[in-house]
Amino acid sequence: MIQLKGIHKTYFGAQPLHVLKGIDLDIAEGELVSIMGASGSGKSTLLNILGILDDYDEGDYYLAGTLIKHLSETRAADYRNRMIGFIFQSFNLIAFKTAVENVELPLFYQGVGRRKRHQLAMEELEKMGLTDWATHYPNEMSGGQRQRVAIARALVTHPKIILADEPTGALDSKTGVEVMQLLKKLNSEERITTIIVTHDPNVAAQTNRIIRIKDGVIEE
Amino acid sequence: MIDLDSFHELLQTLLRNKTRSFLTGFGVFWGVFMLIALIGGGDGMKEMLNSNFEGFATNSALIFEQPTTKPYHGFRKGRMWSLNTGDIERLRQQVPQLDVISPMASKWGVQAVNGDHKFNSNVKGELPDYARVEAPKIFYGRFLNEMDIAQQRKVCVIGKKVYKTLFPNGGDPCGQLVRLDSAYYSVIGVDYGGGNMNVNGSAEESVVVPLSLMQRAFNMGDRIDLIAITARPGVAMSDITPQIREVVARAHDVDPTDEKAVTVFNTEVLFGLLDNLFHGVDLLIWLVGIGTLLAGAIGVSNIMMVTVKERTTEIGIRRAIGATPRTILAQIISESILLTSVAGLSGILFAVLILQMMELGFTEDGIVTAHFQVGFWTAIGAAALLAALGVLAGLAPAARAMSIKPVDAMREE
Ligand SMILES: Nc1ncnc2c1ncn2[C@@H]1O[C@H](COP(=O)(O)OP(=O)(O)O)[C@@H](O)[C@H]1O
Ligand SMILES: [Mg+2]
Repeated sequence: MIQLKGIHKTYFGAQPLHVLKGIDLDIAEGELVSIMGASGSGKSTLLNILGILDDYDEGDYYLAGTLIKHLSETRAADYRNRMIGFIFQSFNLIAFKTAVENVELPLFYQGVGRRKRHQLAMEELEKMGLTDWATHYPNEMSGGQRQRVAIARALVTHPKIILADEPTGALDSKTGVEVMQLLKKLNSEERITTIIVTHDPNVAAQTNRIIRIKDGVIEE
Repeated sequence: MIDLDSFHELLQTLLRNKTRSFLTGFGVFWGVFMLIALIGGGDGMKEMLNSNFEGFATNSALIFEQPTTKPYHGFRKGRMWSLNTGDIERLRQQVPQLDVISPMASKWGVQAVNGDHKFNSNVKGELPDYARVEAPKIFYGRFLNEMDIAQQRKVCVIGKKVYKTLFPNGGDPCGQLVRLDSAYYSVIGVDYGGGNMNVNGSAEESVVVPLSLMQRAFNMGDRIDLIAITARPGVAMSDITPQIREVVARAHDVDPTDEKAVTVFNTEVLFGLLDNLFHGVDLLIWLVGIGTLLAGAIGVSNIMMVTVKERTTEIGIRRAIGATPRTILAQIISESILLTSVAGLSGILFAVLILQMMELGFTEDGIVTAHFQVGFWTAIGAAALLAALGVLAGLAPAARAMSIKPVDAMREE
C-alpha cells in the first residue's frame, strides 16, 4: 500500500534543517502501524509526506502503486480526498460548522449532493455514537467527542488509509484509550491501513508494528 | 461554479462569521452611500444655486441709472439723472441686436392691504414682455397681458409672500381687490417665482402692476428705474454694451464712456461665474467620491487580508480534506462578490432614502424646489463600479488564501 525509497526532506528556514535523511519504509494494506520517536525527530514531517500534505526533496513515494511526486495541487487534493483520512492532535474541526457539517465537508468537495451527504455523515456519526451531538458546534463538545467527530470526518469518504498525528495527545488517558480502541476496531473490521504517530509507548504497544525514527532515519 | 450547494456553503460561512462579514461589507456600504449621497447632494445644491437665477434669461442685461462720475456738456459730475420711457424707443431704433427691451418702474415700501391684512410690498410697474427676461412662476391666474396695458386695467400680480400674508386662508385670490395707497387693484395672478436675482426687490414681496398705471398713480411722469434687455441669439451682450450705453447717455447729456452713470449689468458675467462654481463642485464631488471609493476598496482588501490570515487554519483544513486551490479561490472571490453586492445595495438603499428625505425637506406646496434624488442608472453604475472594485480588492486576499498549504493549518497550534 505504501512504499518509501530514500526519502529526504530539508526545511529551508533561517538555517537549513535536514529532517529526513533517507527513509525506506513499506507498509502493507490493512496494517496497523505506529511511528515513534523523540519530539522534533520528524514524525509529523513524515506523516505529512505520506498524506501528500507536503513535498519531499529526494526519493520515491508510491501510494497504492502510484508514484506520488510533483503532483498538481488538484491531483493532490483529489488523492487526499479519496484515499486518505486525517486525524490530528488538535482535531482541526471548523469552528463555525456543526458536527454533521464538519463530517459532510469532504463529501462536499467530492461533489456529493446535499441530501446524500447529510445521510452519509449521519451514518458515520451514528457509528461514533454521536447522533445526538450532530447539530452541536465543536466548542460545545468534549475533547473525546471532538476527536470522534474528526474520525467520522476521516472515514466518511471510505479512505484506504488513516493517518493520525498524535490522536490521543490532547486527550486524557481514559478517552485516549477509547479513541485507540476505536481505531483498532476500524482497522480490524474495515481493513483500513492505519498509521499512528505517537510518542506514547502505551499507544504504540496497541499497534501491530512500531517504526522508530531517530536522526532522520528509521531504526525498526 | 455557483450552484445552489456552493451558494449555501458560502452563505453559511458569511452568516456564521457575522462580525467579520459586517466589517468587510461596511467599507463597501459606506463607499456606495457616500458616492450616491455626494452625487445627489451635489445635483441638489446645483439646482438650489441655479434656482436663485431661475427663469432669468441668460443673455440679458439690466440698464439702470446712477449719479454721473464724469463731467460732460458743461454739467458737473455727480449729477442725478433718470431713465425715461423714451429710452425704450431709442434703443429699439438704434440697437437692432436687442430682442426684448422692457422697462420697469418701482416703488419701495408701499402698503398692500386686503381687509385687515397688510403687507409692506414693493410695487413694480412692468410690461407683459418683462416675462421674457425674468419668467414668472404663475401659481394662480396669469401675468400681465397686452389688453391690461391697452385698456389701462387696474390689475396686479402679487408675489408669494404678499399672497400668503394678504390671503392667509389660501385659495385662488383672482378677482379680489388689493389696495395700494389709495387705489384698488384687482388681482389677476400669483407669482411663486422665488428667484433671488431681486431686480428692484424680490419677486416674493412684489406687487406688479401695468407700467403706465404705476407712473400715473405715483406721479412718476415718464420716469422709469430700469430697462431689462435681452440680446438676439448669437449676439454677445458684452459686445453691444458700449453701443447701448452711448445711445442712452447721449439722450441724457451723460458722458458715453461713463460706465457708472449708465450701468449695464450683464448677466453673462454672472452665469459665467456660476458655471465656474459648478465645475468646482463637480471636481470636488469626483475627488471626494473617488477618494471614498478607493478608501472603501482598500479597506475591504485590508480586512479580507486579515480575514484570510485568521482563516489559515480553516483554509488549511479544507485543503487537507480535498479542496483544490481553485475551489478556495472561487470561495473567497464569491464571498467577496456576495458581500459587496449585498452591502452595495444596502448603501444605495440608504443613500436613496436620505436623499428622498432631503428632497421632501425642500418641497414647498407640492413643488420640489431642489431634486436631490439620483437617477436609476447612476445608482446602478455606482453599485457596479463598487462591486468591480470589491472583486479587485478580493483578488490579493484570494491569491494569498490560495497559497496556503495544508501543512500550514497543522502548524498553527
Ligand atoms: N515548516 C517548517 N519549517 C522549518 N522547520 C520545520 C517545519 N516543520 C517542522 N520543522 C522542524 O523540523 C523538525 C521536525 O519536526 P516534526 O516533524 O514536526 O517533529 P515531530 O513531529 O517528530 O515532533 C523540528 O525540529 C521542527 O522544528
Ligand atoms: Mg509532531
